[in-house]
Amino acid sequence: MLPTATLATSAVLWFLTALILLSAWWVAALSNLFRAALSLGVVLLGVAALFLFVHAEFLAFVQILVYVGAILTLVVFAIMLTAKLQDPAAPVSGRQQGPAAVVSLAVFGLLAWLVCRWPWPESASPAPVNLQALGRELVTTLVLPFEVISLVFVAAMVGAIALAASPKAPKDAAR
Amino acid sequence: MILKHLVLVSCALFSLGLYSILTRRNAIGMLLGVELILNAASLNFVVFGQLYGMVQAQAFALFIIALAACEAAVGLAIIMSLYRTAKTVWADQAQLLKG
Repeated sequence: MLPTATLATSAVLWFLTALILLSAWWVAALSNLFRAALSLGVVLLGVAALFLFVHAEFLAFVQILVYVGAILTLVVFAIMLTAKLQDPAAPVSGRQQGPAAVVSLAVFGLLAWLVCRWPWPESASPAPVNLQALGRELVTTLVLPFEVISLVFVAAMVGAIALAASPKAPKDAAR
Repeated sequence: MILKHLVLVSCALFSLGLYSILTRRNAIGMLLGVELILNAASLNFVVFGQLYGMVQAQAFALFIIALAACEAAVGLAIIMSLYRTAKTVWADQAQLLKG
């Protein structure tokens, strides 16, 4: 069922939209990278709330657990490990803001025009997807991507450890 | 029309992520923009899945989240390795191919 647009629903939706877009603007524009990472956390929480809006509860919980809990933590760790070189005397990271703004607005304009032109159906859609159907889909129709994701995880972990591991001590090679 | 509103929000997130990638000098800042774009794509998937009543959309959004985790891990490992060798995280200072 399409969510009906009552007044409370519209108010919550506009509040979430404003929160997400303001935090995304902060992600793009803040010079302090730690605050930009925290704003990304607010964006991820807002997107999880929007997932709740379209009856995707499991996806909202996975978004909070994985994205905010793991990926954002990883990004914050990396920011803290490389923070010594972000001295305040360095120039502000605002290169080519004009052309970038033009390109971004052009992309958004094109996408918004296409979205508004598309004939959105007014009738109610079929019943919302439930968790049982999602689980059944993951192990019957989508079992191949589901298993390949495991391989991708292993490859990513091995690759990340191989890339980020400390190099061997040179005094062993000098002997 | 709530679903059209949500798709427009995902388009705005996409363009803000694009702006973040284009203007940030710090490599980790560019990674934050990539995460914004991935979130916009998964929101788009879920909204259209709700429109047509298909469950594969939520499964694809799960795969997007999983792949974003892998990509963030590998990307940050590359940035750590760059920081260790070139002593910088500014993307425009990593100009030499030789270590």
